[in-house]
Amino acid sequence: MRNRPRKIIPLLAAGLLAVTACSGGPSTPTGPAPSQGQSQGAPANADPDQLPRGETLYTTGTQWGPPANFNPIREWDSAVGTKGLVYESLFHYDTTAAKLTPWLAESGSWTGDTTYEVKLRPGITWSDGQPFTAKDVVFSFELGKMETIPYHNLWNWLEKAEAVDDRTARFTFSTANYQEWDFMLYTRTMVPEHIWKDRSEKEVLDGLNENPVGTGAYTFLRKDQDRVTLQRRDDWWGKTALNMEPKPRYIVDIATPSNEVAMGLLLQKGLDLSNNFLPGVANLVQGNFGLSTYYNEPPYMLSANTAWLVPNTTRKPMDDPAFRKALASSIDVKKIVEGVYGNLVKASSPTGLLPQWDKYVDQDVVARSGFTFDAAKAKKLLADAGYKDGDGDGYVENKDGSKISLSIIVPSGWTDWMESARSIAASAKTAGIQITPDFPDFNALVEKRGKGDFDLLINNERQLSNSPYTYYEYLFQLPIQKQQNTVNFARYENKKAWDLVQQLDQVKTDDTAGMQKIISQLQQIHLDDLPVIPLWYNGLWAQSSTSVWKNWPAAAGSAPKTPAVMWRNWLELGGFETLTQIQPAAS
Amino acid sequence: MRRYFGRKLLIYGLTFFVAVTVNWMIPRFMPGDPVASMVARANVTKPEAVEAMRAYYNNLFGLDQPLLTQYANFWGALLRGDFGTSIWLFPTPVSQVIGGAVPYTLALVVPSVLLSWVVGNRFGAYAARRKLLDNTVLPVGYVLTAMPYMWLAVLLAWSLGVIAGLFPVAGGYSFSMRPNLSWTFVLDLLHHWTLPFLSLFLVALGGWAIGMRNMIIYELESDYSAYLSALGAPSKLIRRYAFRNAVLPQITGLALQLGVLVAGALVTEIVFAYPGLGSLILKAIQNKDFFLLQGAFLFIVLGVLIANFIIDIVYVVVDPRTRAGMAGAQA
Repeated sequence: MRNRPRKIIPLLAAGLLAVTACSGGPSTPTGPAPSQGQSQGAPANADPDQLPRGETLYTTGTQWGPPANFNPIREWDSAVGTKGLVYESLFHYDTTAAKLTPWLAESGSWTGDTTYEVKLRPGITWSDGQPFTAKDVVFSFELGKMETIPYHNLWNWLEKAEAVDDRTARFTFSTANYQEWDFMLYTRTMVPEHIWKDRSEKEVLDGLNENPVGTGAYTFLRKDQDRVTLQRRDDWWGKTALNMEPKPRYIVDIATPSNEVAMGLLLQKGLDLSNNFLPGVANLVQGNFGLSTYYNEPPYMLSANTAWLVPNTTRKPMDDPAFRKALASSIDVKKIVEGVYGNLVKASSPTGLLPQWDKYVDQDVVARSGFTFDAAKAKKLLADAGYKDGDGDGYVENKDGSKISLSIIVPSGWTDWMESARSIAASAKTAGIQITPDFPDFNALVEKRGKGDFDLLINNERQLSNSPYTYYEYLFQLPIQKQQNTVNFARYENKKAWDLVQQLDQVKTDDTAGMQKIISQLQQIHLDDLPVIPLWYNGLWAQSSTSVWKNWPAAAGSAPKTPAVMWRNWLELGGFETLTQIQPAAS
Repeated sequence: MRRYFGRKLLIYGLTFFVAVTVNWMIPRFMPGDPVASMVARANVTKPEAVEAMRAYYNNLFGLDQPLLTQYANFWGALLRGDFGTSIWLFPTPVSQVIGGAVPYTLALVVPSVLLSWVVGNRFGAYAARRKLLDNTVLPVGYVLTAMPYMWLAVLLAWSLGVIAGLFPVAGGYSFSMRPNLSWTFVLDLLHHWTLPFLSLFLVALGGWAIGMRNMIIYELESDYSAYLSALGAPSKLIRRYAFRNAVLPQITGLALQLGVLVAGALVTEIVFAYPGLGSLILKAIQNKDFFLLQGAFLFIVLGVLIANFIIDIVYVVVDPRTRAGMAGAQA
């Protein structure tokens, strides 16, 4: 009896060893062993079992579970770094300078009204040593001919893609959609033809792509249930061609199941960059925790996207612009910004355009037709439009006297949005509009949203991009389908607006005046009709720890101005450049 | 003997069948459509493309079949050991996802169940005999057993992890390590395992200790104890008899507690971001991942059933009364 616990200890150890033996096993590192002579003069790492802390960047906030796949076509659920670190695009987009940065491409230009030519950099190789040529570029774009590939739409206005020679690819368009084409240039991933050419549509879309071969600065070293590890390629083309190199030799992206865990890791200094929404981060930044954010005062974060209140314009009374305008004036966004977010976000301009697109906001239109929070005005607007409280219950009724009782849906578990929805309901009540918050789970919400089976919802599914065009497409795209999966959830039909959006698409991206002219008209329509009501700018959540890496992006001084972010599809928007700017804290 | 085990096996078989059926039904009758959200995530705008994708995935997951066919297919696949493809972690096979998580969960549950049971019984037995010990074990035991697993987990993570910095708060092993057979790595595993293990161990410990204490006191006051001491037997002998008798209900309790402990382990894993089944199940529910949920629950059901079966066998060994019952003596 007495010595039973002692017998158990070796058993435990054996059990734990068994865990190690079957937890995926170490995969052998691909590529050459890291060579001596680092830019920072750090000693080479001789022990692959233990990454050196000073050369490793730990990130979190993108993945919520085990890495699902390494397929760059699956831009929405592939492992962190698949696109941007392992695979690359022809261009990057510099959000500060608002222009494309040549990446795999040396240059690109419109050689005619409907032809575009890309010139590739010489001497780029895939990680298996094969040269990267124009054939790969053509092949990657032609994958879009498959119907289930996300950029299949491109082939509605792209006629053909051809490789003129090894370094030149030519695209011929039936309609030159300049704005969208620029978007394509930095969002589409280049994949190697020699590996992908025999893949069926099913494999292209659904393949795991276990050992990805890309042109990027990193390769996957290993993966486990809760992490992926990337290793820098010493023979990456960008070192010479771009004269830049990402500083961390290893990047470990951790899948944290919740924001609380990310917070704990940050405080333990086991994490360098968290892209989670951490409520109360203001206290951490001001306290002595060695954490930094882009701004050291509200809103602390850069803006990444706009949160919109989307009314279902096919239902009464949301089909009435006057009602929508009254609703917009009844919402106290300031309360949400301060109360729910503790000033981590900014209230949106009435146009909804992100601060980075300020130059496209037509101030005259905003002054004339914009809306602000004003409960008295909201009441008046309702009364003028014929919405009156006939039965004295404190809420207005429809013009025909029937009750108005709306529900606003946000995904269950999105605590900040749930609070915001409650706040919106409370503000609307003051103006006499009855709104009840409702929290279905995310998938149920997606389904309702697609079918148009809702009254009001909050949505922010368009990120910062190369052009406000992407925002207006999101607001006005026609025709309305039975299922609206990605855009125009409000089901708002305005042919004139959609024509204008298409015209905007065909304005050259360097013609700012031309863009402004059309955008002003679009803003006028948007503010007159308010098919969708902008609320606040969601932040590009980024909390960095300065214990191991320094020189994180910040608004102040000479710090880099790129976003510090590992989110999918953000590495091309400056996330990668941030990695080349940070420095070891010890240096 | 054969009849006893035959009956047990039949009961377990039935339990398994019902559990698996319920397990298949629940996700399918939850609101929401996993394929719809999968397509929505893919950001495809063109209606034809959306339809193509929907049809393709429905066919892939066999969701375009009538329910009965789906049910039959499910059993067929199950017997082949095929759990299908995860929706959330598409296109990873479910068996692979679960295979990666199970060792971690087992490493938490098995030691914490056994150790808390053994240690709790010892403590309880001592407490029954010594006033001083009783005065501490009893209140502490009550406090521990009343604690929700996750609450204790959060307390431990905060105090020993973040404040004292003694233990890591997330992960199965250091994020800088690669699994290998070296002492450094084994120690690292143990280091990460300690806090989640402790939070399970401590809560379970309290319950066992209190139960054992009460049983021992009851046994020591029973007729046979009085008789033995009247005969002048040494108190050590009497205590040994009492302990043996008192352990029997504890074994039954162990069988009953297993399910609760597994649930506790799942919650604890989420708190410590321990890469076991717990975090997987949570995400599978959030992402309507039928197949992953089914796989995970199936694994748990199987585990609990097997453990119960083992306890049944142990019971036969330790309790002569069951053996007598088997021999056909009708009590």
